[in-house]
Amino acid sequence: MATLNILVLTSLFYVVLLFAVAFAADTAAQRGRGRWLGSPLIYTLSLSIYCTAWTFYGAVGFAARSGLEFITIYLGPTLVMIGWWWTLRKMVRVGRSQRITSIADLISSRFGKSNALAVFVTILAVIGTTPYIALQLQSVTLSYAAFADFGANTGEEINQNLTAFWVAAGLAVFTIIFGTRNLDANERHHGLVMAIALEAVVKLFALLAVGVFVVWGLAGGLDNTLDRIEASAIARWDVPGSRWVGLTLLSAAAFMCLPRMFQVMVVENDDERHLRMASWAFPAYLMLMSLFVVPIAAVGLDIMPQGSNPDLFVLTLPLSEGRDGLAILSFLGGFSSATSMVIVAAIALSTMVSNHIVMPVWLWTTGGSAMMSGDVRHVAMLARRLSIAVILFLGYLYFRLSGSGAALAAIGLISFVGVAQFLPALLGGLFWRGANRKGALAGLATGFAIWAYCLFLPSFGPFMLMPQEVLDQGLLGISWLRPQALFGTEGLSPVVHAFMWSVSLNTLVFFIVSVFSFPQPVERLQGAQFVNVFEHSTTSGGWRGGQAQSEDLLIMSQRIMGAGEAQALFSNAARAQGIDGHLPEPTPDFLGELERAMAGSVGAATAHAMISQIVGRATISVEDLMAVADETAQIMEYSSELEAKTEEQERTARQLRQVNEKLTQISVQKDAFLSQISHELRTPMTSIRAFSEILRDTEDMSENEQSRYASIIHNEAIRLTRLLDDLLDLSVLENAQIVLNLQTATLSHLLDRSEVASGMSDGSFKVRRSPDVEDIELYTDTDRLAQVFINIMSNARKYCDAETPELSITPRVEDGIVTIDFADNGAGIPADKQGTIFEKFARVSETKAGGAGLGLAISREIMARLGGSIQYMPAQTGAAFRVSLPLSAENTAQAAQ
Amino acid sequence: MGKKVLLIEDEQNIIEAVSFILSRDGWEVKTHSNGHDAIDAVRARTPDVIILDVMLPGKSGFDILREIRADQGLAHLPVLMLSARGQAKDVEMAEHAGANQYMTKPFSNAEVLDAVRNLVMS
Repeated sequence: MATLNILVLTSLFYVVLLFAVAFAADTAAQRGRGRWLGSPLIYTLSLSIYCTAWTFYGAVGFAARSGLEFITIYLGPTLVMIGWWWTLRKMVRVGRSQRITSIADLISSRFGKSNALAVFVTILAVIGTTPYIALQLQSVTLSYAAFADFGANTGEEINQNLTAFWVAAGLAVFTIIFGTRNLDANERHHGLVMAIALEAVVKLFALLAVGVFVVWGLAGGLDNTLDRIEASAIARWDVPGSRWVGLTLLSAAAFMCLPRMFQVMVVENDDERHLRMASWAFPAYLMLMSLFVVPIAAVGLDIMPQGSNPDLFVLTLPLSEGRDGLAILSFLGGFSSATSMVIVAAIALSTMVSNHIVMPVWLWTTGGSAMMSGDVRHVAMLARRLSIAVILFLGYLYFRLSGSGAALAAIGLISFVGVAQFLPALLGGLFWRGANRKGALAGLATGFAIWAYCLFLPSFGPFMLMPQEVLDQGLLGISWLRPQALFGTEGLSPVVHAFMWSVSLNTLVFFIVSVFSFPQPVERLQGAQFVNVFEHSTTSGGWRGGQAQSEDLLIMSQRIMGAGEAQALFSNAARAQGIDGHLPEPTPDFLGELERAMAGSVGAATAHAMISQIVGRATISVEDLMAVADETAQIMEYSSELEAKTEEQERTARQLRQVNEKLTQISVQKDAFLSQISHELRTPMTSIRAFSEILRDTEDMSENEQSRYASIIHNEAIRLTRLLDDLLDLSVLENAQIVLNLQTATLSHLLDRSEVASGMSDGSFKVRRSPDVEDIELYTDTDRLAQVFINIMSNARKYCDAETPELSITPRVEDGIVTIDFADNGAGIPADKQGTIFEKFARVSETKAGGAGLGLAISREIMARLGGSIQYMPAQTGAAFRVSLPLSAENTAQAAQ
Repeated sequence: MGKKVLLIEDEQNIIEAVSFILSRDGWEVKTHSNGHDAIDAVRARTPDVIILDVMLPGKSGFDILREIRADQGLAHLPVLMLSARGQAKDVEMAEHAGANQYMTKPFSNAEVLDAVRNLVMS
C-alpha cells in the first residue's frame, strides 16, 4: 500500500510539474521570450504523441501475441517521414497559407469551404477518436490496477471506473486551461506543446530504462536475451505478407489522417523547415521506442506466470522483481503516453466540433444578428471548452460500454482504420485538381459505412450492437455481405480486411463521383490553390465586395479576433490601399485576407459563411465564373499579379498627388502670408521714409507742419513696432512651447486694467459693467488674458460706429467655466466676414483705421493655450465676443498642454 | 497752373506725403482713395499722369489700370504704379496690365518726383 501511495503522490507531483512547465512556456511565449519554444527539436518531440499508451504498453502485448508484426505500426510513419516528407510539407504549407485549423477544416476548405463536408469529417473524427481516448483511459486504469494488485493483501478494491472518470476529468481541466487560452487556433499552444515534448522524453526514457533493466538485470545480458527470444514463441510467428503490407499502409495512412497528428504536425507547426529535422529525428525516436519491445515481450513471456496480461509487461516485470522505483517510472511513461495523446486529440476535436458544428448552428439559430451584437469570441471559446469536456466524457462512456475487455492494440487499430478514411479526400485534395466536393462526400460516406459495418460495430462484441447472425451469415443472410468477409474475401484479419475494402472503395467512389460531377467555382479556385500551393502565394477566393460594409465587417471581426487584432488588420489593409483612416475598401483581396484571418479562429467554412452574410451572399459573380471556366490557374495568377501591380502603381500615384496638393497648398499659404507681412511692413515704412525725407529736404516749413510730420513718423514707427511684436507673439503662440505665467487675479481687476490699457477709460466710450458678478477669482496667465480683453476693447473702440458707443461686459460662472460676453452697440460684423475674423490679417473694414488684423488671431491662440476659447456671437445687435475659460488652475494647465 | 496728377491711394499718410512733394514741385494734385469708382475719378479729373496704388479697397490697382487701358479716351495716360508688394511676379503683372512704371514702397521722394516728371515729358 505504501507503494500505491507513493505512486499516487508521484503522479500528482508529475501532473503539477506538467502544469508548471506548460504555464512557464506559455508565459515565456507571451512575453516574446519563447523563441526556443518553436525549435525543430520540440516539434519533433511533439510528434511523438503518435506513440500513445498503446505503443508504450500495447506494443509489447502485440509482440507477445503476434511477433514482429508490431513493427508495422512504426514502419508506416517512418516511411511517410522519410519517403514522403514533401507531402507533409505540402500539407503544412497549405495549412499555414489557408490558416487551417483542423483536418476537417482542410478537407472542407479544399472542397469549396463546404460546411456539410466539415460536419461530416468532424463527426467521423469524433467517432474514430473516441475509442482511442477510451483506450488511453483504460491503459491508465489498468496500469494503476496492476500496482494495486501487487500491493495486494490490503483488501481494498480499486474502482476502475472511478479512476478512469477522474483521469478523464483531470485531463479535461488541463486541456481547457492550456488548450483554449487563445481563440485563434493558428496561435500555437506553446505551453501545451512544451508539456507534450517533456512527456515524450519521459516515456522514451521510461521505456529504455525498463528495457535496460530487463535485458541486463533480468535476462542476464544481451546474449541470454537473444537466446530467450530465439526460444520464445515470438521467433516462430509467421507473419503473412498481406497483413504486413496492410498494417504498414494502415499506420502510414493513420499517421497523416489522425486529427491529433494533424494538430501537432500542421496546426502547431511554427516553421515548415522543422520538417527537415523531424524527417530523420522522428523515425529515430520511433526506433528507440521499439528497441526493447521484443526483449521485454520474450522475457515477460518467459518469467511471468501463465495468463499474465502481456500488455502490462512493461509495468509488471519491474513490479514482480520488487523494483518499485522503476515501476513508478514505467507508470509515468505510460501515463505520459496516454495523457499527451488525449490532450492533443481533445484540442483537435474540440476545434472541429466548435468550428464546424456548434458555431454554424449558433449562427444559424441566431440568424446572423448575433454576429454583430453578441460576443462571438466568448461563444466560440465556450463552445470549444464544452466540446473538450464532452469529448472526454464520450471517451469515458466508450470505456464503460466497451467493457474494457478488448486488447489495447485492437482498439487502436479500429481507430486507425476509421481515420484512414480521410486519406483519399486529403491526398486527392492536395494533388488532384479534378477532385471535388461530391466525390469527397461520397467517398468518405462509403468508407465510413464499410468501416462501421465491418470493424467498428462488431468491436463491441456480439449481441451488443450487431447481432451474431449478421456476423456469421451476413446482412439479411446474404453471405457476401458478412462483415468480416466482404465479397467472400476470407482468411484476412478483420482489421486488414476492413482497411482494404473501406479505403479502396472509398477511393474508387471518390474518383468516379469526382470525374462524373462538376465542381463549384469556389472549389476550382481552392483546388488550384491547394494543388499548386508551392507556385501560388495566397490569393483571394473570388470575393465581390460590392455591397460589403467595411464597418460591419470590422464589428464582426472584432468579435471574433478581438478588437486589437481586427483593428490592426483593417488599418494595415487601409494603409496598403492608400486610404486615410482605418476602414479599407472591401476589395476581393481584402475580403480574402479577412476570411483567412477569421478562418484561423472559426474555421474556413464558418468564416466564409459569416463574411458572405455581410457581403450579401453574392460571393461569386459572373466574371468569376468566367475566370474559373478559364482552365489555367496560372493565367489567373499571372493576371491577378499584373492587376495588383497596376493597383499598386495607381495607389502610389494617388498618394503622390495628394502630397503634392498639400505641399502646393502650404506653399500658396506661405506666399500669401509673406506677401501680407511685406505689405504690412512696407506701408508704415513708406510714410516714415517719405516724411523724414520731407523734413530733411524742405527748408521753408512751418513749425506746425514740422511737428505734425514728426508725429506721423513717430506714430508709424510705433505701428511698425507693434506689428513686429504681434507677429512674433503669434509665431510664438502658434509654434513654440510657451510657458504660462499662472497667477491669481480677480476678473474685475483684470477688466479695469484692460479698460485703461485699451484707452476705453478716456470717456469717449461708455462701458457697462456688472460689478456684483465680477468678483471672480481666476488662476490663469493673467497678462495673456488681459491681452485678449484689450484686443476686444480696442476693436470695439476702433470699429464701433454708434453715435454714443457703448460696450457691455457680462461675466458668468457655470460648472467651473467663466464666460465673459463683450457686446457693443455698433453695426456688428457683416455676416460674410464673421467666418474669417479670427484668421491672420483679416480686416473687417476696408479703411486702414485698424491694425494689421492680427489681434483676434492672437486672441484665439491665447485662449486655446489657456484652455478656453473666444467666439463671435452672431445673433447680437452689435459686435459681440464671448471669452470662456476654466476657473481652476489644474484645468487650465491640463488643457493648455 | 502746372500739370495735373491724380493720386489713387488709400493710406492717408502716403497721400499727404506725396501730395506735399508734388505740390511743392508745382503740380496740381488730385486724390482718390478707393478702388470702386477710381475709373470715374480718372474720367472726371482728366489728369496728365496717374499714380496708382495696387492694394486698394474695392478693386485692385491692376484691374483699374486694365480699365484705363481699355478706355479709348484714357488709354494713352501715363501710369506710375506703387505697390507694397515687391515680388517679381507683381512687377510682371503691372507690366502686363500696362503700367508705364512700377515702384515698390518705400520709395524715395526724389524717385517719385523724377518718375512723374519723366512720364509727362515722354
